[in-house]
Amino acid sequence: MVKVDKDTPLLWVLRDELDLVGTKYGCGIGQCGACTVHLDGKAIRSCALPISAISGAITTIEGLSEKGDHPVQEAWKEHDVPQCGYCQTGQMMSAAALLKKNPSPSDQEIKNAMQGNICRCGTYLKINAAIKTASKA
Amino acid sequence: MDRRHFFKLSSAASGGMVLGFSFLLGCKQPQEVIEAALELPNKWTELNAFLEIGDNGVVRIFSVNPEIGQNIKTSMPMLIAEELDVDWKKVIVEQAGLDTDNFKRQVAGGCQSIRQAWEPLRKVGATARQILVNAAARKWEIDPKDCKTKEGIIYGTEDLQISYGEIAEAAAEEEIPENVELKKAADFQIIGKSKKNVDLDKILTGKSLFGIDTKKPNMAYASVLRPPAFDQELVDYDDSKAKAMSGVQEIISFKNKIAVIADSNWQAIKAKKSIVANYKAESELESTEEHDLALRKLLDKPSKNFMRHDGDVAKAFSEADTVLERIYESPFLPHNCLEPMNFFADVQTDKVYLEGPIQTPAWARSRVAKILERDEKEIEVQMTRMGGGFGRRLYGDFSDEAAEISKLTGKPIQLLFTREDDMTAGTYRPAIKYKIEASIKDDKVTGYRLTEAAVNGNMYDLIPNFFPAGAIPNLEVIGHPLESKITTGAWRAPYTNFLAFAEQSFFDELAQLLKKDEIELRLELLEQAIPVAEKDEKIEYEPQRMQACIRMAADKANWGSAASDEYQGISAYYSHNTHVAEIATVVLEDQSPIVKKIVCVVDCGIVVNPDAAINQIQGGIIDGMGHAMFGDLSFENGKPSASNFHQYRLIRNSEAPEIEVHFIESSVDPTGLGEPSLPPAGGAIANAIFKATGRRLYKQPFVQQAEFLG
Repeated sequence: MVKVDKDTPLLWVLRDELDLVGTKYGCGIGQCGACTVHLDGKAIRSCALPISAISGAITTIEGLSEKGDHPVQEAWKEHDVPQCGYCQTGQMMSAAALLKKNPSPSDQEIKNAMQGNICRCGTYLKINAAIKTASKA
Repeated sequence: MDRRHFFKLSSAASGGMVLGFSFLLGCKQPQEVIEAALELPNKWTELNAFLEIGDNGVVRIFSVNPEIGQNIKTSMPMLIAEELDVDWKKVIVEQAGLDTDNFKRQVAGGCQSIRQAWEPLRKVGATARQILVNAAARKWEIDPKDCKTKEGIIYGTEDLQISYGEIAEAAAEEEIPENVELKKAADFQIIGKSKKNVDLDKILTGKSLFGIDTKKPNMAYASVLRPPAFDQELVDYDDSKAKAMSGVQEIISFKNKIAVIADSNWQAIKAKKSIVANYKAESELESTEEHDLALRKLLDKPSKNFMRHDGDVAKAFSEADTVLERIYESPFLPHNCLEPMNFFADVQTDKVYLEGPIQTPAWARSRVAKILERDEKEIEVQMTRMGGGFGRRLYGDFSDEAAEISKLTGKPIQLLFTREDDMTAGTYRPAIKYKIEASIKDDKVTGYRLTEAAVNGNMYDLIPNFFPAGAIPNLEVIGHPLESKITTGAWRAPYTNFLAFAEQSFFDELAQLLKKDEIELRLELLEQAIPVAEKDEKIEYEPQRMQACIRMAADKANWGSAASDEYQGISAYYSHNTHVAEIATVVLEDQSPIVKKIVCVVDCGIVVNPDAAINQIQGGIIDGMGHAMFGDLSFENGKPSASNFHQYRLIRNSEAPEIEVHFIESSVDPTGLGEPSLPPAGGAIANAIFKATGRRLYKQPFVQQAEFLG
């Protein structure tokens, strides 16, 4: 059990209270996607979402797979996607939500779905290639 | 749906919430199977400060340089493992802390890590290998010269063989040999073969790895309120509301700043927002409008303070048939590392512990020692993986602040910048303007003058000796700084990240004025530089290597035979000891230019880790393109114009073009890759846009130019 203020964004409950640090802080205003988690399987930004506003099941990167072997994680490994790595958990959560909804997205559908996730290192091409690989898995 | 899988919510007396986290079924920590991929030994034997060998043959290599995403934590241990002659699959890599007794240059910056470590780190591996061999030879009573090694096994005469793990303890007693032999490039087993990021599993499963993830017992969280404008002074403040907020432990003021110390990040950030502070300024606060006027004036200021001076430029200009003069302008740029600045400090009476993401740990230690009036020997510094650096983490203002707050409060402190703090209290790439002039006589480029005007200055000793030094007989380089209170500093590919755009745009225009193919002019000028570069030791680049990159880029991009609706632009630039040529292909969609593809050819000598090298090149190009097109920070009344990503545009997924990367095959010692692909990108794109639209871009960001929008 943890006790937090009602307006605490989900992101900070995950990171500071539950020690689930895979979800990252990037901007606090839902603009960069580093804090992406799933709410009932859909990708949402957790940094500006008050804990009191949530009704649904939350999945973070720590729970995406039991052994770190979700098809998206496997594809990210195969393509050695990360550079600094900071945004990648958010990228993978967006990618996993996309593939759940649309198992074989087109190039344009991938780009559209990933537009909300900034990668400051510029790993976009590898990200898109990894999503293609995961979609075939 | 079963409500029990959702979170249980009940009101607490304080108005807070008590959450039962049964709803976080999908958030439990993954099993530790990933980390246990290698069985750990019962005993480690240290052979030197860089490496330990386990009794089961597993090797632990310490990565000594800070990791900012340049993949040094993988590529530097590869150099050691190569000469140690072990199976890379049996290598565990760990980040070393700051240790100036044992390690040199624990810095991430300037693309120097691989270049400067190339020989020393291979010697570390080779020396360890030799003592293992010597110990085995002593045991077998044979000549070490009769021993061979392969993947962690020593083979002696006849059937003798022993593993590194079995002989490591005896090897640790061996005398350290000098002048060990290094492998020939042809014998490399690890170098030149792609190895995956050693932190990959941790990154992909969200393990604690970055500075922001740091958790220590009894730690408090700090958020700092800094003056909103540069050169402002804190007069007074009202923190009564903040003090009454939940989780707030204390609020302190130091050096013009106010720090909120709280039980959590959110409580610290929230309380900080409720503080009302008043500031004053002694002099008029700065604005971009004034900078622009002052910088323009400086471009016309005559100077004899040449940073390079060849021949007689004035004479060349007076005798010219034509003189081309162009001005190029760029704004300030924030670094915007996706992991905002943060640091942990624990200042105790007998020792100081610092931990966090920093490119320059030794510098941080010496500054913190001065601030705290402590001996450096009492200060331990541990580096975490960094969520980007780009030069911002060269400057440890955040480590200093964390140490100061820990000292003042007596608590272990985790300091975090909000995004707004990060963007508005930056150490920016300064606003820069260049004037470039060239004289043409009888269809030859006879004179060249480069004048820089930059906020706080930007020119650096080496830069005037880059191209076109040596290629044009009469040449001058002048740099004028404009003094400012706005903090500026290195930003990825410092000094050249904008200069390359200016210069390569200028040469494109020069070629068109001379009615020459843009590539042909560059190759000709480089040809002229060859004999000069042979004699002039100051000249930094190698003309032949640059020519080879340009020729290969032209070949790979089908220069001169692009489709009729595709427009190509070339840019070639040497920086950080690496030669790069890029050709951008632009198409028009609804009359607007879209960057479709960039072909890049790189000569960085031997490529240590090919897939990771491609990552760096792609990333540098996308970064260079993004900032040339969108990057913009201006100032009004000392305040930055943007504070978060809703006001500051970074390149996004759909805007990244296709990128094709080629490396020149080489046996020359390797050079760095984190920066050199960035500078040429803007010029290649601008030159292609000119071909597509007939309009020249002289100012960044491109999106603000009416020309760009068509």
